[in-house]
Amino acid sequence: MRIRVCVAGLAAPMAMAAILLLGGAKNSTLRAQQPPAATAEVKIDNFSFGPTAITVAAGTTVTWTNRDDIPHTVVSDDKIFKSKVLDTDEKFSYTFAKPGTYPYFCSVHPKMTGKVIVQ
Amino acid sequence: MADKTKDEILYDHNHDGIDRRGFLKCMAWAGTGTLCVMQGGVLKSFALNRPSDPGAAVAKGELSFVQISDSHMGFNKPANPDVAATLQAAVDKINGLATPPEFLLHTGDVSHLSRAEQFDNVDQILKSTGKQTFFVPGEHDVLDDDGKQFRERYGKGSKGAGWYSFDQKGVHFVGLVNVMNLKAGGLGSLGHDQLEWLEDDVKNLKSSTPIVVFAHIPLWTVYPEWGWGTDDSAQALGYLKKFGSVTVLNGHIHQIMQKVEGNVTFHTAASTAFPQPEPGKAPSPGPMTVPADQLRSYLGITNVNYVQGHHALAVVDSKLG
Repeated sequence: MRIRVCVAGLAAPMAMAAILLLGGAKNSTLRAQQPPAATAEVKIDNFSFGPTAITVAAGTTVTWTNRDDIPHTVVSDDKIFKSKVLDTDEKFSYTFAKPGTYPYFCSVHPKMTGKVIVQ
Repeated sequence: MADKTKDEILYDHNHDGIDRRGFLKCMAWAGTGTLCVMQGGVLKSFALNRPSDPGAAVAKGELSFVQISDSHMGFNKPANPDVAATLQAAVDKINGLATPPEFLLHTGDVSHLSRAEQFDNVDQILKSTGKQTFFVPGEHDVLDDDGKQFRERYGKGSKGAGWYSFDQKGVHFVGLVNVMNLKAGGLGSLGHDQLEWLEDDVKNLKSSTPIVVFAHIPLWTVYPEWGWGTDDSAQALGYLKKFGSVTVLNGHIHQIMQKVEGNVTFHTAASTAFPQPEPGKAPSPGPMTVPADQLRSYLGITNVNYVQGHHALAVVDSKLG
């Protein structure tokens, strides 16, 4: 009798575990599992980029939003990326695939500088 | 800084014709309302709120032209929701001048976003002066296309990024472009090709030829923290050292400033669109919002008068209201 109870006791959690595993497996085949895309934001305001320097992981998409009342641009010092002119509330995005340091500036107001450090 | 009464200042201790005490008085910001008129090396100051048109007090010269600047057609934020109306007010003022100008100079930022309809709008408004306008681009005029559209519209006969020169009544005018290929952290820039062209352009002129240089960003260092200066202007001015009278007309900073250095008079015009703060008086050089009924007192035109035989040009600023 004791043995039967033990076996029954063992079987229940294992059955539950099996159900859970199956359930988990079912979910992963129904939905493609991917890590969420990394994003980062830079605000342009008062003739400056904020934050001036950001550090992101490779593969991150950085989005600049112009909150200033004057148009600005986002142009890489090394000509790697270049936005069109951004009026108030317009945005520019760039995905940084490779690690490195990417200094950039506003080509309309070149004293405005910033950098993206990709790790 | 501004006196309400007209005064003639004749302290000429260095005997070089430059009145330094008067000059300090005349280093007036927009809003303090001082006009500086220089004739034959003597600075005269007039309060801007005198009822008579100060332009009429200037001797009728052989050549008279008007500088306007920074119309920013397309700008519509609180600092000025209607820049077309204030440009029209500038044109009305030009059309009402006692001595009509021969032509206009526009020292750039014609448009706000380099859009075709913005350039069209300015052209339409300026048409009613019946005068030709000579343009140089501001940084707002060369967005996204490296100035191609600007040169097609206003740069016939120009070289490179749009520089050129012409002569009127014995005065040699040079339009320079210092808003292209700007480097990160830098100021305005003329560049090697333009400087070579300038050296060649003026080298055979007699030193008695009055020179007027016009460009968007100031050709002297007004305030480097805000980019108000040109990296390589010293070289340009070096080519003009031999001339007895050089007048440099700029825009970009949206306020009147004047500086005299030897034979060179530097002058920046007010905008016809919106004012900007004085250097260092605000966190950034963006549009400055003032009470609506005061806006026009911060905007203006510049009347320039050349009298043959006088070695310096008379530069007179007028507010729009």
